[in-house]
Amino acid sequence: MTKRVVVTGLGVVSPNGIGIPAFLHAIKNGISGIKFMPRYEELNFSCRVAGMPDFEWEKLINYISEVTLHGLKGTNIAYGLAAALDAWADSGMDYETDEPHWETGCVFGNSIADTEAMKNVIIRVDNKEAKKLGSRVVEQAMNSGVTSYISGRLGLGNKVITNSAACATGSQAILMGYEYIKHGYAKRMLTGSAEHVDTYVYGAFDSMRVLSRKFNDHPEQASRPMSLTAGGFVPGSGAGALVLEDLDFALARNAKIYAEVLGGSSNSGGQRQGGTMTAANSTGVIRCIQEALVSSRINTGQIDLISGHLTATNADNKEIQNWSDALSRTGDDFPLINSLKSMIGHCLSAAGSIESVAAVLQIAQQFVHPNINLEDPDPEITNRISVDCLPVNMIKKEINIVAKANFGFGDVNSCLILSKYN
Amino acid sequence: MTRTEILNELKKVFAPYTTNKELLNSINDDTDLIRDLKINSANLVDIIIDAENKYNIEIDFDAADKMINVGSCIDVIREKLNQKNVEYR
Repeated sequence: MTKRVVVTGLGVVSPNGIGIPAFLHAIKNGISGIKFMPRYEELNFSCRVAGMPDFEWEKLINYISEVTLHGLKGTNIAYGLAAALDAWADSGMDYETDEPHWETGCVFGNSIADTEAMKNVIIRVDNKEAKKLGSRVVEQAMNSGVTSYISGRLGLGNKVITNSAACATGSQAILMGYEYIKHGYAKRMLTGSAEHVDTYVYGAFDSMRVLSRKFNDHPEQASRPMSLTAGGFVPGSGAGALVLEDLDFALARNAKIYAEVLGGSSNSGGQRQGGTMTAANSTGVIRCIQEALVSSRINTGQIDLISGHLTATNADNKEIQNWSDALSRTGDDFPLINSLKSMIGHCLSAAGSIESVAAVLQIAQQFVHPNINLEDPDPEITNRISVDCLPVNMIKKEINIVAKANFGFGDVNSCLILSKYN
Repeated sequence: MTRTEILNELKKVFAPYTTNKELLNSINDDTDLIRDLKINSANLVDIIIDAENKYNIEIDFDAADKMINVGSCIDVIREKLNQKNVEYR
C-alpha cells in the first residue's frame, strides 16, 4: 500500500525574489532577475550577465546562531539554509526541537562547494599555512555540506541524503523525497537544491561558448528560451525547497496543502543514440517523461502545463520535439509550456527546485506565468506547436496537472508530475 | 601583560564561539570552555588559531591540549609570550 504525497511548505531564494511572496509577485508579473555583472567584464568573460539573488548575508542570523554564522563562507549553503528553513516554517513547523524528528528526512542537492571560498583554502595550503584553516572548512567543502547544515539546524532524524545530477539535481531531489514517503520509509521529507555559480564555475561555462553573449547591454533580455534570437543560457544562482508529506500525516496535523506529487521518473540516456556528456539522448528523455506519466497513472492528454527545462540554447527546439513525441500532442493540442529561466536564467542544480516551487505556486493559485523575451519564437518550434501554447503574459486558468522536467550534463533526466490536491 | 589583561582580551577571542554572552562577561580561571561556555569542541581549534594571530605566538599541539579552562588558556598564552622574550610583565 503506497502513500499519497503532498507539498506542505515552500521556500525560495531566487534571482527575481527571495521568499515566496516576492517570488510569486515576480513570476506573475514577468520580472527579470538578470543583471549586468561588472566583475565579469573585468574578467574578460564573453557573457557578462547573471541571475544573482539580492541575498543579505546578515539576515542569516534569523536562521542560525551567531556561532554558526561566524565562519560560514559557503554561499550555496547560505542559499540552501534560507530556502529550506523558510519552507519548514511555511509548513507550520518550529525550528527548535530537543528530540530529532525521526519521521522526517532530507534530500537536498547541489553541484559543487563555493569555489571562491575554497580559493582561500588553496592559497593557505600552498603557503604552507594549513594549520590556520580552522575547523569550518571540511563541513563546507564536503558535498553534503548543505544537507548537514539544514538537517542539523532542524534536527531531522530520518534519511539525510545529498544528491547531485547536474541540472537535473533539483527535480531529482524532490522525486527521491517523494519516493521515500510513498514507500513508507519517512512521513516527511525536506527536499530541494542549491547552487552558487561562482566566477570559476561561470568561467568554465563561458569557455564552452554555451552562454548568452549578445545581450550584455540589455541584461533583462539576455535569457530568451525558445526565441529565434536565443544565443545561450544565462547562469543563475539560488535555492528552492519543498516540504513533502505523507497525506495522512499532513491531514492529521491540519497542514496547509499546496499540491500533490503524483509521480515521476529519473533516468539516463546512457550517452548513447546521440546522447553525450552534454547532449540528451532523445529516446531517454521520451522514456523519462512517459515513465513519469505511467507512475502517476495519468494519460498524455491530462497535462495542462509543462514547466520546461528550456535553457535558451539550441537544445530548446529538440526539447519541444521530445515533449511533443512523448505526449503525442502537436499544434493547438499541445499543453501550455513556460520556462522560468526567461526570468532567472539557468540555476543549474537549483533550477529544478526553484522551477518546482514555481510550478506548485501556479497550481495552488491557478495561473500560468509568462515566458518573457519571447516576442520572436523560433519558427522551428511554432511549426510543431501552436504559438498560443507559449504564453507571453500571465494567464489565469484552471491548472490541474503540471509536468516539470530537467535534463542535465551526463545525459541525466528527471520528470515530476504535480497535481492540484483533490 | 597581566593575567587580567589577557583575560579581558580572551573574552573577545571566545565571543564568536559562545552564545552564552552573560557568562562570558563573568568568566574566571575555573570557567570550562566546553562545559560552561558550551563551546563546540571542534571550535577549540579556531580559538587557538585566533589566539595565535592575536598575540603573534605559536601554540603547539601539547600546549593546545592544556587549554581546557580559562586559567589554563592564560597560562599557555603567558608562557608563549615569555618564550618570545617580550617584556609584558
